[in-house]
Amino acid sequence: MKNPSPGVYTVDEPSASRGLGPLIPWCQSTNERRFFLTEIKAKPLAVRHTCAYIVRKPDQGHLYRGHRSMHRFANPARFLRLSAVLLPWCAGATVILTILGLWLSLFGSPPDYQQGETVRIMYIHVPAAWMSLFVYTNMAIAAACGLVWKHPLADLFAKAAAPIGAGFTFVCLVTGSLWGAPMWGTWWVWDARLTSVLILFFLYLGYMALVNAFDDPQRGMKAGNVLLLVGIVNVPIIKFSVDWWNTLHQPASVVRMGGPSIDPTMLTPLLVMAGAFTAYFLSVVLLRVRTEIAQRKIQTLRLSVAGDGAVTDGMQG
Amino acid sequence: MTRKKRRLYMLGLALLGLGSATALALTAFQDNIVFFYSPTQLQTQQVGDRNFRLGGLVEEGSVQKTPDGLTTSFRVTDTAHTIDVRYRGQLPDLFREGQGVVAEGKLTGGVFVAREVLAKHDENYMPPEVSEALKQAGVYKNPAESETKTAKKE
Repeated sequence: MKNPSPGVYTVDEPSASRGLGPLIPWCQSTNERRFFLTEIKAKPLAVRHTCAYIVRKPDQGHLYRGHRSMHRFANPARFLRLSAVLLPWCAGATVILTILGLWLSLFGSPPDYQQGETVRIMYIHVPAAWMSLFVYTNMAIAAACGLVWKHPLADLFAKAAAPIGAGFTFVCLVTGSLWGAPMWGTWWVWDARLTSVLILFFLYLGYMALVNAFDDPQRGMKAGNVLLLVGIVNVPIIKFSVDWWNTLHQPASVVRMGGPSIDPTMLTPLLVMAGAFTAYFLSVVLLRVRTEIAQRKIQTLRLSVAGDGAVTDGMQG
Repeated sequence: MTRKKRRLYMLGLALLGLGSATALALTAFQDNIVFFYSPTQLQTQQVGDRNFRLGGLVEEGSVQKTPDGLTTSFRVTDTAHTIDVRYRGQLPDLFREGQGVVAEGKLTGGVFVAREVLAKHDENYMPPEVSEALKQAGVYKNPAESETKTAKKE
């Protein structure tokens, strides 16, 4: 892989007419190339000119502006600015909603007429189950954007969200088991609901393993995206398993035809906890995507250092 | 057609194909995915001598403990049909009359001898006071009624 020398770097652009953007010799994939181009634009002018990877169109002589349609949202610099603003709010909401939700579910709500105090497990179990489906659905949407529009942030989002979703699924399985032992009389049964959620857990684990199994991160992302999209069929199966088949697991209480079959005094803590879980997910996923971007930057810098010692002061700014 | 459009259509088609394949497979395996049979289903289902699960409601007033205190006999109903069940062992917290139950075992001479009894919870959550008030007002719906509905639907 050839590394660019500092200063202005001109590349031939035979593919520009086909809408593929300029070919940058040291970028191995379209995504990498787009990432570079958005990276350059994010730098202040003074830094841009000392950068190792300024791209000029040979005939027009100005900085390449390769942002079309979907890629407006793919700009990592814009994401970094936006997430820096959102992050403290999400973190604050997580803390407040968790404290409020825990107080409501432990002290501020009545025991159930049949389950007694055991009902309080539900305030963790149900939001965790919702989040496991919510996170997976979002990852699958991101995977579609990554595959179809080659959206660089979409890939990073899916990768960053996977461990969080797996965590929610694990919490859901464990708390469900703890509830099932005294209530049903068993820790685990192979009914349609429990089995499909276990498959969801394995999908998360499989995705994480697959993404990291390739030497070329882009190929790993692509394989992972395909797996995510294949696994999306499991999401409606989980949701409707309790309606389609006889299961030991009870049917839906909140999101169902005819309104919630749960008393308002119990619905409130449940919804507050769900809000807390969502805010937690947003905070952690924003933080993790930021980390992924930082890691890519470090990788890029390392590569240019390793190439021909072409480190410039500007790049560290 | 641009590459993006082509990729989008390919993805749409692939998901459609995958969805239909899954739907067909699940329909084909319908009987195997069912966790339990209701008493009505048992009228038509050939279960023979093998183990299976029976699900329904514990009929009101049918629970009897034998003098040794270990064996319980009760009737499981889906309001259309009823089956006698005998079980020796400890019952889960939620086991009570009118409540949903899933028992695993086999039919011996018309009586279902259970190896394991699981309580099935319904989708209703309310404080004890509310359930009392509902009972007094006479609008109390048996919590297990919705289950009966699904059991009968089969």
